[in-house]
Amino acid sequence: MSEQIGVVLSTDYAPGGRSNLTLRHLTERAAFALLWLAGGAAVVALLAVVGYVVVQGIGAIDLDFLFSAPRGGLAGEGGISTTIITTVYLVALTISVAAPLGIGAGVFLVEYASEMQGHSGLIRRIVTVARFGVETLAGVPSIIFGLFGYALFVSALHFGFSLLSAGLAGACLILPVIIRTTEEALLAVPRSYREGSLALGTTQWQTVSSVVLPAALPGIMTGIVLSVGRIISETAVFYVTLGGSSRAPTSLLDSGRTMALHVFYLATETNAFQKAMATGTILIVSIVLINAIIHLLTRRFAMR
Amino acid sequence: MRRRYLVDRSVRYLLFFSALISLFIVFMIALFTLREAWPAFREIGLLNMLTSSEWRPGRDQFGLLAMIAGSVWAAVGSMILGVPLALAGAIFLAEVAPVWMRGIVRSSVELLAGIPSVVYGLFGMVVLLPAIRRIPVAGNTGFGILAASIVLAVMILPTITNIAEDAIRAVPREYKEGSLALGATHWQTILGVTLPAARSGIVAAVILGVGRAVGETMAMIMVIGNSIVLPRPLNSNPLTLFLSQARTLTGNIAVEISYATGLHEDALFATGVVLFVLIMIINSSANLLIRERRR
Repeated sequence: MSEQIGVVLSTDYAPGGRSNLTLRHLTERAAFALLWLAGGAAVVALLAVVGYVVVQGIGAIDLDFLFSAPRGGLAGEGGISTTIITTVYLVALTISVAAPLGIGAGVFLVEYASEMQGHSGLIRRIVTVARFGVETLAGVPSIIFGLFGYALFVSALHFGFSLLSAGLAGACLILPVIIRTTEEALLAVPRSYREGSLALGTTQWQTVSSVVLPAALPGIMTGIVLSVGRIISETAVFYVTLGGSSRAPTSLLDSGRTMALHVFYLATETNAFQKAMATGTILIVSIVLINAIIHLLTRRFAMR
Repeated sequence: MRRRYLVDRSVRYLLFFSALISLFIVFMIALFTLREAWPAFREIGLLNMLTSSEWRPGRDQFGLLAMIAGSVWAAVGSMILGVPLALAGAIFLAEVAPVWMRGIVRSSVELLAGIPSVVYGLFGMVVLLPAIRRIPVAGNTGFGILAASIVLAVMILPTITNIAEDAIRAVPREYKEGSLALGATHWQTILGVTLPAARSGIVAAVILGVGRAVGETMAMIMVIGNSIVLPRPLNSNPLTLFLSQARTLTGNIAVEISYATGLHEDALFATGVVLFVLIMIINSSANLLIRERRR
């Protein structure tokens, strides 16, 4: 027995305890150095992409660029005013469609679904399927939403390539995001809040509307801001539903192009790479702002 | 009192209704895509679409093999480049980084996740394509799987790093303490205890990264070249496969849908169905692994 242990020791831990420890420390040093490099690589990747686009693009940004319409052509002349307007319209449209639905569905799934399960097997089954559906939708690539939007809104309902088609398709895209964040925000509200309110004799809706929702509000807002960011940076869905006209839409049935789409058109159909990078810079700045807002909201949520 | 109950009742059904609508949308998406794709499956046949690499809408030939290969190769390339980096980043964030560095790396990763895909595509077009074009291989245009892989590797980094970091953090403290108490170094503990314990979560992270890579559209259109060919090495060196142009499933839909009619349009919807099924398989295997870990 003791012989065996001796054998194991001599083969596995050669040669002697001290230098083995040194070797192990050396290995650790080397490994950690590599890990530091990997961590640094993420920062470098960010700085490379953002830095390059911003440095190249910032020179083209001035008031004229922000406030004049794109004039088109191979040189991609003009500014981006109409694309900013279209982006704002589209964000407003998608959020106003998806937020009530998404928040409503989230509230139902968290606050009502479990208690309704007693009622009948049908509702229970619907809830299960709805959960699965939301989970599935969240992972579907955006081009599928575009394809669906094209089939239903653009062709079948004859909305054409328009703000309306794009807005509805975009709403479908962000619906799972809003439902999920609403659910998470509601689940984070302590049970005792609800019990305290219900014990005072309120109805469930009174409890939900005056106790649970206010407590969950920052979390729900986070989901909406997240969705705004998603719509600003989304391209695939709008590429196949919005058309791409560079004029500002004047009605829901007008075509248009968002800033992100404008970047795509500039990069692929003109040689105005500087204009594309200037538009990209504006996009990056909006995303940074949105991230900052989310941080603010999460901090407020965490403080409660 | 009565009124309060009435309000309560009606709100309950209103909320139920909005949950129903969300469900309805899921159904509509599946239904519409399938309905539009059905004629293509019936007339061309699923097997034919999956095994033929001839996509010539003018001659009613709709083989998807070239696009499937394009999506797969771009994903494989991005995995080779991105996974080691992303996992090392996750280990770094969860185990090694001091607080200040963690803050910097984490906000960088977060911002990388938020950058619109067109900006990545633009960066690829302006910076990567000219650089790749310099590789002296006949037929190298710069556009192709290599450029797509590099762009995707950066795009999937946040997905993989975030989920893998969560998985590593979820490993119980006692496991590590046990290992450290036996005299193992921190690195030996990471390698021998923490990573094996977090394995299923890490694999799930990588799979979700694959899903993200396969689903990406615009950045791919911008850098992969979009020609409908089965990717092949450009010369005797098999690595030049990555310099070959290609087209992804997602790109196929986006590039052609706005002018397609008839069977061509149906075939594009069929492309969507194939993509959808592919993503479903990828995502549900990841979800399965994550759920297994929670148990």
